[in-house]
Amino acid sequence: MKEYLRALAATVALLSVSVALAQQQKPPASKYRKDALVYAELTKAPQKARAKRNPLEREPDAVAAGRNLFEQHCAECHGDLAEGGRKGPSLLVEQVQNSEPGTIFWILTNGVVWRGMPVWSKLPEPQRWQLVSYIKSLGVAEPVPSRGSSPKPSSGSSTVPPSEHR
Amino acid sequence: MVRSSLTLFLAPLLFVFLPGSSLAQESPYIIAYDHYLEEPGNLEIEYFSTFGTQRASNDFHAFWMEFEYGATAWWTSEFYLDGQSTFGDSTVFTGFRFENRFRVLKREHFINPVLYVEYENISGADKIGKEVEGHDVESDYADRNAALREERNHELEFKLLLSGTHKGWNFTENTLAAKNLSNHPWEFGYAIGASRPLALKGSAKRCSFCRQNFIAGAEMYGALGDRRSFGLHHTSHYVAPVVAWNLPSDWTLRLSAGFGLNDHSHRLLLRWGVSREITGFGSMVKNLFGGHR
Repeated sequence: MKEYLRALAATVALLSVSVALAQQQKPPASKYRKDALVYAELTKAPQKARAKRNPLEREPDAVAAGRNLFEQHCAECHGDLAEGGRKGPSLLVEQVQNSEPGTIFWILTNGVVWRGMPVWSKLPEPQRWQLVSYIKSLGVAEPVPSRGSSPKPSSGSSTVPPSEHR
Repeated sequence: MVRSSLTLFLAPLLFVFLPGSSLAQESPYIIAYDHYLEEPGNLEIEYFSTFGTQRASNDFHAFWMEFEYGATAWWTSEFYLDGQSTFGDSTVFTGFRFENRFRVLKREHFINPVLYVEYENISGADKIGKEVEGHDVESDYADRNAALREERNHELEFKLLLSGTHKGWNFTENTLAAKNLSNHPWEFGYAIGASRPLALKGSAKRCSFCRQNFIAGAEMYGALGDRRSFGLHHTSHYVAPVVAWNLPSDWTLRLSAGFGLNDHSHRLLLRWGVSREITGFGSMVKNLFGGHR
């Protein structure tokens, strides 16, 4: 029993150290700057990847399935409405929305590992394309003025407004 | 002793009360590793059970709890607590393991290497069989727990995980080298695996029994002797069909039936596991220690 308690105490201590180390980040000059570094990854997509067309773009269920996948895997970091969270940038900005579907697919596949986004190649290709369909359907939103308020999607840029996505 | 093993055994029930979880896309492997790490800030709590047959002695039930934390997108830390119950003998806590996995390359490639480093402090009574190495054979487990517990192993393990996913199929190969910190030679082992979801497209509706929630495959693992006698002589090997069921209600269930491939192997190692991922665990801990909400 004593051994077990010691091991349990070691678990808690190791997890705390691990968490504390992970949270020790250099203070960014601003959140925008950090986001900008992540958005800059979009420009690194090779031409071949950019040129890929979404094979599911005409599939009626792709956006709904993509929304499902987004809620399950992406909302934790990028926010429920893709408006951005503490761990991930907004996907409702021009840099993302004006990117080719192939570029977004490339980012999903490769992640931005050194900046905190894991690779998502564990989702099969069709599921990644469904996610692309959903993300592209959101359109560009105006910047959020303060924490807690919802982003406003620009009219006509989205087939389904973010507010109706949940 | 009984109380401690009961605690280990019932610990999975605690998962029910944990908040902030999300659907995980877990691989079905129980022994092999692919190159996917835990998402940063998430904690996955897992419980695994192994029922093993034993010739010339009593069958056993070995179990372990696993705490897997995504420190960053390229680093995952895990902590294990092991125990076992041998029928007609006793139930014992057998030790702990601390492992770290590091992704080497920035982007996704045809083959993706991950480095694995583990320290383990376990007794000779440990029967979880998470790694088969050196000349690990069935007869090692035949003694009574009281005798097996007298042996204490402090061991460092290194693995090179090579894995890639193509057209929904994941293929992985793990090479293992382990060094007992007392005067023992380096020991070697391997694990390989292949798996694929039963459907590649996501469903427009949340569902428990959709085919994409099931991932099936097979893994094979075994030992390769040690530095003094490298090879297959006096080693054990297993092949196991595996399946994982990723539930939208935040749980993952895994099942594997491992069959021994030679006379030095257990005839059957039946394993199952249940896990739950707690998203935002890092932020929760940070808030607990006065971080900003």
